[in-house]
Parts: sequence; structure tokens; C-alpha cells
Amino acid sequence: MNIIVCIKQVPDTKDVRLDPKTNTMAREGVSSIMNPFDRHALEEAVRIKEEAGGTVTAISMGPPQAEAVLREAISCGADDGVLISDRAFAGADTWATSYTLARAVSSLGNFDLVLCGKQAIDGDTAQVGPGLACQLDRPYVTCVQKIRSLADGEMIVERMMDDGYDVVRLPLPALLTVVKNINEPRVPSLRGKMKAKKAEIKVLTAADIGAEKQCIGLAGSPTQVVSVFTPPPRGNRTVFTGTVEEQIGQLVERLKAYL
Amino acid sequence: MLIVDKEKCIGCGVCEENCAFGAISVVDGCAVVNDNCTLCGACVETCEPGALNIEGAAKETGAELGEWSGIWVVAEFRHGGIAPVSFELLGIGRTLADQRGVPLSAVLMGSGVEEGAGLLIASGADLVYVVDNPELEYFREDVYGRVLEELIRARRPEVVLAGATAIGRSFIPQVANGLNAGLTADCTQLSIRSEDGMLLQTRPAFGGNIMATIVCPNSRPQMATVRPKVMAPLEPDPARTGEVILVELDDRVYRSRVEVLESVRSEQDNVNIQEVEILVAGGRGLASEKGFELIRGLAEELGGAVAASRAAVDSGWISYPHQVGQTGKTVCPKLYIACGISGAIQHTVGMQSAKTIVAINKDENAPIFDIATYSLVGDLFEIVPLLTRRIRENRGK
Ligand SMILES: Cc1cc2nc3c(=O)[nH]c(=O)nc-3n(C[C@H](O)[C@H](O)[C@H](O)COP(=O)(O)OP(=O)(O)OC[C@H]3O[C@@H](n4cnc5c(N)ncnc54)[C@H](O)[C@@H]3O)c2cc1C
Ligand SMILES: Nc1ncnc2c1ncn2[C@@H]1O[C@H](COP(=O)(O)O)[C@@H](O)[C@H]1O
Repeated sequence: MNIIVCIKQVPDTKDVRLDPKTNTMAREGVSSIMNPFDRHALEEAVRIKEEAGGTVTAISMGPPQAEAVLREAISCGADDGVLISDRAFAGADTWATSYTLARAVSSLGNFDLVLCGKQAIDGDTAQVGPGLACQLDRPYVTCVQKIRSLADGEMIVERMMDDGYDVVRLPLPALLTVVKNINEPRVPSLRGKMKAKKAEIKVLTAADIGAEKQCIGLAGSPTQVVSVFTPPPRGNRTVFTGTVEEQIGQLVERLKAYL
Repeated sequence: MLIVDKEKCIGCGVCEENCAFGAISVVDGCAVVNDNCTLCGACVETCEPGALNIEGAAKETGAELGEWSGIWVVAEFRHGGIAPVSFELLGIGRTLADQRGVPLSAVLMGSGVEEGAGLLIASGADLVYVVDNPELEYFREDVYGRVLEELIRARRPEVVLAGATAIGRSFIPQVANGLNAGLTADCTQLSIRSEDGMLLQTRPAFGGNIMATIVCPNSRPQMATVRPKVMAPLEPDPARTGEVILVELDDRVYRSRVEVLESVRSEQDNVNIQEVEILVAGGRGLASEKGFELIRGLAEELGGAVAASRAAVDSGWISYPHQVGQTGKTVCPKLYIACGISGAIQHTVGMQSAKTIVAINKDENAPIFDIATYSLVGDLFEIVPLLTRRIRENRGK
């Protein structure tokens, strides 16, 4: 099994918060983490490899500093890390990201399975997985919570729905996006950390993957951000006082509309 | 490119502090951008002197913009019913269509769905395209995607809206990719720009810390998924009239590489917490699975559903589909009652747009109180049962 895991480096949410006084985004230092859902995708890939053999390649499109998540992936069991990085990729929306990742995946040779997280926590779009599958022309299933079986060129998976789950069979090569209850990711081993330190992270540029200029970065993005603003502050806040009985009385009074 | 206007830059460093990627720094009194810049735009807004600008043209797709007309809403049908978000989409779709002076159409796909068309018309649609085929009984990305893509190519709507649900967010991106169209996920506001009639799509980013307004200048259709419970549905009017068009498609469209073996509705998870008006949520403060009985009691009394923090889910007290937050669901109910939840940012990003938030916590410094409309400091084991009883009494009156 050749498995490719798509990993995005995202700003750590706990560092990004709204300053309630100025209503602007306040940040404490710059720290980045591996997108939480991608951690589960990586873990699943490593488990499949441990069971069935093969290789796990972690790929990430991003600025040079995204190399860090690839090293982290290696420390958690990936064999290789490939960074897809070029100034020309900056400003990519999900269309251009899907295109770029698809070019990169194709340039890496044959694969059996591509795993993505359900969504990235910075943009929260959940669009890159399906977009990538479409660009690769491979079948896909999103929000997978369990891989029931994987053999003879096909797999059976459980995918989470809003009202339960569906059991789906699909042929390989395929793409899955995963949710967090699929597994419990391991912490990196000491040996893994050593390996990650020494690993050589391959860097692919737009030219290396044969990406067309008009399909990447800002120029390849059909959507355009016209303005960015801070959301209006929440309305008035009331802290009730008095005995518990009194507080509840006041609350019930205010909630009349909902009763 | 992120362009720094050297004349305007005062070297204050606000952009440096606000960049989530460490891509900008002040050198010799002027902002300098490095390779880490992802053009996210967060700095542009914080720059008071207006020295930062993102320049560059959006993708040229060669779409003849004028040939695309009409607003479409993708209705979602599963397990015998139309999802509530579909009616919310018709509500906002009606406003957009009237502003543009074009018809509002709904697309209804599934098996045995034809009857639903009347309801969609009563709720605002002028036209309903019905694709009724046994192959559509179960949701499959490839088939649903191809059907919609086929319809769009043949009829060329300027706007296509779908619910930001498990189904919508799963197959709409494929359609957008296939059509070379722009797609904005999980929008919370939609409007028409008066100068040129373009769709302004506004959505939260960075966990709701900033809002971004997005347009698709050169591609068609303009596609968006819309967060459930944000838009208001119209009051259904059975007297409204509209046209139902039964669409027959080539068999090839229904061919799939994917097979659904089973579709399981879970008793406990049956309630989609994104689609209800009132949520009562429990966290680690409930101390045990039994604690959730209190939450359930209050939720039932209010006619709402039960939600949870990740701590409660990870403790095994309740299942994952109930989890709210960064790695769970984003919800937008009218009323959210947080019981024994501290209000970690990873939780609040998933619920901070609720209309009214009530927080019950014994720690007066819990961050949940920073965003709560009504705060009760105290023991939930005392407060929740009493509150449940008071509400029952109040209803009795
Ligand atoms: C990558 C990542 C993703 C995450 N994603 C999510 C997510 O999607 N959703 C999510 O919720 N969290 C998420 N978290 C976890 C989040 O950071 C918090 O740990 C979690 O939300 C805490 O849950 P809690 O508020 O229930 O528990 P705690 O933080 O332990 O808070 C319990 C609260 O209950 C109060 N309490 C205790 N006893 C009582 C009582 N008798 N009466 C009244 N109050 C009482 C306490 O004062 C305390 O404030 C994520 C974390 C990470 C790192
Ligand atoms: N720049 C990127 N590099 C690698 N993988 C990505 C990138 N962007 C998105 N992905 C993958 O696509 C998933 C969904 O991302 P998104 O559509 O941005 O929410 C993520 O969980 C990743 O697996």
C-alpha cells in the first residue's frame, strides 16, 4: 500500500483570540501546529502500513516553515515528507490548493490511498479533500469514522452522517477524509524523533510538479477575498446575583421567548 | 502579492503582531513581507494607515458571465424528508432572486422525492427541478455530484446554494471543481453587490475570529454552502404557484464506483445538533455519564437537544456527533445553555454565534462567562434541576 497523507500547518487557535476590549484579533507569539484532523489521517495511514506493509508519504503545501509538520509526521511514523512550496502558490483558495496537491500527488508516482483530514481549522472549508479527489479523478468518501476492511483492491468504510452513519464500499485507489473518532493518534517515539531530525524533506516547486501558472496561487483561485473584518461584538452581558432561587427566577423571566 | 505602501507605512508593527504565519516584520521602520505569507488578508484589515494591500487578479475562467442567470438552491433529502436547511436556503434565495430580478429554483434529488416539490414551491421556489431515480436513494458523492453538474451545465444558474451539512459539504466541492467555479464554505451572510450584481459571500475564518467577504469575479456559477440555522425560512404559503420540471438524465450519469451497503440511523445521534433551535450542552463539570441525565431533562423540557464539550465526549459520557467546537460541529442555535463547560477557545469557536448564550459554572472566572449573555455562578447540580422545574411550572401557567 502506498499511502499519501495531506497535512496542513495551521496557526494554533489558542494563540488567536479576540481582544474583547478592542475587538481585534490578539495574538500571543506565532506558533503553528499540525491541523488536528490531519493527525488522525496520519495515524490511520501508519496503522494501515503496520498491518499491510507499504509506505506513508506526508505531503504539505505551504510556506518553508511548513516543513516542521512534515518532520513531526515522520516522528509519528511517516516514511517521507514532501513540501510543496513556491511563492507562486501563495493566496491559493481551495480550488487552486486541490489542483496543486493533485499535481504533486501525480508527480510522486502511483498511490493506493490518499488520506486527508475532514477540514483544516484555519479555513474550516472541508473542500480540499473532495476537490483533490475530483482533480485526481478518484472515488472518495468524506468524514470516515472507521475503516472496516481493506483488501483486494477495495475498502469498506463507515462514514459519519448528520443522523447516523453509512457503510460504503469503494475501489482503490481512492481518497478518504477522516474525522477525529477514527482513532487515537500516538505520540512520537524517541526513535521517531531522531529519524525526523535527520530526515531530508524533499521540496517541490511549481515547475517540479508541472503546475500551470494560471491554475495556482491567487491567479488560479476563482474566489477572491474582498474584505476582512472583525465580527461585531456580542450584545450585552448580564451576570445574575442573589440566591440561586432568585437567579433562576431572573433567568426564566429573560428566557420567556423560548419557553 | 501583499504590497506594502512605503509612503503610508508608519512601522507600528501591528501587522507583525497580527500575522498568524510570522510572515511580516518591521525592518528600519517599514513592514517587510517574507516567504511565509499566505495572502490570508488578516493584516490588511488591522493596518490603520492603510499601507497594506493584496494585489492580483482572480482566475480567468472564460465563463461568459452574462449567460448565467437565476438563483438555485440544492434541497437536501434524506431518510424520507427534506432537511430544514433547504427551507432556510429558499428564504435567503428568495431575497437574492428578487434583488436580481431572476427566478428562484430548487433542485430536488433522490428516490421517491417528487412529492416534496410542492413544499419547496410553498416555501419560495418558482421552479423545482426534480431528479427522481432509484440510484439516488442513498447519498453517493460521485452520482450526486454528476447529476448536479449536469443540470448546472445545461441551465447555467448564476448562483448555486447548498446547506453546509455533512452531505452538502461532501459533494458540492466536487461540483465546483468540475465546473472551475469558486465555492465559499459555510457562509453566514449572503447579499448582492449593487454595482455589478455579484454575490457577496461572508463567512467566519480562524475559528470565527475574523470574517471574510468573498466574491467570484470571473467564474460561474457563484457557489456557496450556507450554515444551518443562520438564514430564516419563509412562512410556507400553499397558495404560491410554481413549475415542477421532471428531469431525465442519461444512465451514464448514475454509474458509480461507490456502493452504499447500509445506512444506519442512530437513535441517540438522530438529532442533528446543527438543525435545532435550542441546545443544552454539558462539559466535564457534569462529572459522569449520569450527569447528562440532568442535561437531557432540561433539553426535553425546552424542546431542544443535547450537546457536549470535547472533554465530555472524550470521557465517554456522550457520543461524538454531539460534540461542539473546533474538532466537532459548529452550531448556531437561538439558545445555547452551557453547563459545566469552561469555555476553552476550541469549544467557543463552535457556538459563539448562538443568539443567546446561558452559562452555568461554579468558577466565576471561567472564560465561558466572557461570551455568555446570561451568567449564573453556582453549582450546576443545584441549578439545573431547579431551572428545569421552574421552566415546567412556568409552562403550566
Ligand atoms: C486540537 C484541539 C481541538 C479541540 N477541539 C475541541 C472541540 O471541538 N470541542 C471542545 O469542546 N473542546 C475541544 N478541545 C478541548 C478544549 O481545549 C477543552 O479542553 C475542552 O473544551 C474542555 O471541556 P470542558 O469545558 O467540558 O471541561 P473543563 O475545561 O474541565 O471545564 C469544566 C468546567 O466545569 C465547571 N464545573 C465543575 N463542576 C461544576 C459544578 N458542579 N457546577 C458548575 N460548574 C462546574 C468547572 O468550573 C470548569 O469550568 C480541543 C483541544 C485541542 C487541543
Ligand atoms: N496546504 C495544504 N497542504 C496539504 N494538505 C492540505 C492543505 N490544505 C488542505 N489540506 C488537506 O485538506 C483537508 C481539508 O482542508 P480544508 O479544505 O482547507 O478545510 C485538510 O485536513 C488536509 O488534509
